[in-house]
Amino acid sequence: MLISDGVPTIEDIIKITPSDERFAQGPVAIVECFQEIPCNPCVKACKRGAIAMPNDINDIPVIDPELCNGCSLCVSLCPGLAIFIVDKTYSKEMALVKLPYEYVPVPEASQYVTVLNRAGEVLGDYEVVKVMSGGKVNMTYTISLTVPQELVMEVRDIKVKE
Amino acid sequence: MLGAKVLLVERDDIPGGQLVKQTHKFFGSEKQYAGDRAIHIAQMLLDNVESNPNIEVWTNSTVLGIYEDGVVTVEHDEKHTKIMPKRVIISTGAAEKFLGFPGNDLPGIYGAGAVQTLMNMNGVKPAERVLMVGAGNIGLIVSYQLKQAGVEVAAVIEGMPTIGGYLVHASKIRRAGIPVLTRHTILEAYGDNKVEGAKIAEIDEKWQPIPGTERDIPCDTICLAVGLSPLTELAWQAGCKMAYIRELSGHVPIVNDDLETTVDGIYCAGDVCGIEEASAAMVEGRLAGINAALSLGYITSEAEELRKNAMDELDELRSGEMGNHIRNGLEKLSGYRT
Amino acid sequence: MRIENHPVLDFERGEKISFFFNDQLVEAYESETIAAALHAAGVRKLGESSEMHRPRGLFCAIGNCSSCFMIVDGQPNMRVCVIKVKQGMCVEEQKGKGVLKP
Repeated sequence: MLISDGVPTIEDIIKITPSDERFAQGPVAIVECFQEIPCNPCVKACKRGAIAMPNDINDIPVIDPELCNGCSLCVSLCPGLAIFIVDKTYSKEMALVKLPYEYVPVPEASQYVTVLNRAGEVLGDYEVVKVMSGGKVNMTYTISLTVPQELVMEVRDIKVKE
Repeated sequence: MLGAKVLLVERDDIPGGQLVKQTHKFFGSEKQYAGDRAIHIAQMLLDNVESNPNIEVWTNSTVLGIYEDGVVTVEHDEKHTKIMPKRVIISTGAAEKFLGFPGNDLPGIYGAGAVQTLMNMNGVKPAERVLMVGAGNIGLIVSYQLKQAGVEVAAVIEGMPTIGGYLVHASKIRRAGIPVLTRHTILEAYGDNKVEGAKIAEIDEKWQPIPGTERDIPCDTICLAVGLSPLTELAWQAGCKMAYIRELSGHVPIVNDDLETTVDGIYCAGDVCGIEEASAAMVEGRLAGINAALSLGYITSEAEELRKNAMDELDELRSGEMGNHIRNGLEKLSGYRT
Repeated sequence: MRIENHPVLDFERGEKISFFFNDQLVEAYESETIAAALHAAGVRKLGESSEMHRPRGLFCAIGNCSSCFMIVDGQPNMRVCVIKVKQGMCVEEQKGKGVLKP
């Protein structure tokens, strides 16, 4: 369970998973923030106003999947590194996942990296398609990877070989 | 900012406390620079201090005592110096707690702050493989930082049945492959002249090790992140009335809403008033400064508003579920006021 | 071991210098504390406790706990976690209570 081992349960994930119809429309942000903590940079990060906290900064962020266009701006701005972008329309077999990355070495586009699930288990080696630097101040990279459709809601971290 | 002259006395060679060694991004709202990395916030605050002609900074200087007649003694430039400030703000922060277990004195058993100092200030790899004890925010964040520095973290163990720190921090290290083991304790550390490993075990509801669950964790460092205690020596010595409040992590000075202690003109701010997140400590520092300036007559049109804003920010930071214990602690503290 | 590659931090290390640890020459950078330089050189044991002669290392690294007492240029009880290393400095393990030089 999340509160005892840090891994969200399937129930936790179902609660924040957009509908199949929404997935069919293109990329969308998956906000894996399940605890009320005083923190709100994601609300400010979204230029389309898709992330809201109705009461105050302690709210769990609520995302409106219809307003979200999966632009990925929020990925590197969430201090908790808890936001991911999933695009199931990438191709028939493959889907795109964008995740925040703050380790060294930084992978390069077209490099294969080991992908990990929420429990740190290895799911295989897949290709990085884009690497976006957060810049000198933010410093968080946003890494885009293509993974099989059935893994796109599983892959949440990468391990890059030295 | 309101016009008062300030002397900032710092024991270390740079001011900024723990902020200068924290690489992660802050939580909170933009009023507390949320989303910015602590090291960048520290630099911005240091720049503000440096560019303000009303602030003088003494580094490598230790406040030795605060006396009844208002004299404060300082070791400055290796000399014993006396000063006579009109107001004093104590913001000495906190010290790391220790944990009792066999072998806990071996070289290689480090406080989480020490690991941060070695790693993020000195650029020294603090270990090859670490066992982290404590899954509060510090234990989780330092584990992540260790991973960023290329150090393997064998596991994070936590005696409580649940993770005390923010779950996003826990999830971040879990997906990187670091196990988080709640209801686990360290039985002993072993090694010849330095840490070579630890024995850990699962514990039951009475905190007793469950036979058969013992595990050997080879590691060269055991990092203790088992909580902080307010560094209150100066407040005690100055004669401030103190109260033991578990939720605030120990004895703390009894302060009023202005953060003034029971000794006239002595204020406290930050972890010395009770252990809380750094965002709250920054706001408290601001609030104590505003109140000290107001009490000296530096009353400007904006002062009252700044004061109210700071108090509102504190309320907001403490209003959620994670603020429960702080709110309970402050409630108890208010019961001690006369 | 020193960290060469870090995702967030750049380390400005200053001049390379050397000092003595128990008569052994150790390389360091002038911006470092004695404890950091020793740690980077793989030295963890900084002294021995006074009664049980147990090995002692650093604990807090901010000059608070006194676990890192060493003899520096003949002066005992020096908190090496906050003292900067200097060229040619003589650092020795402290066994038990230090004896102050007259």
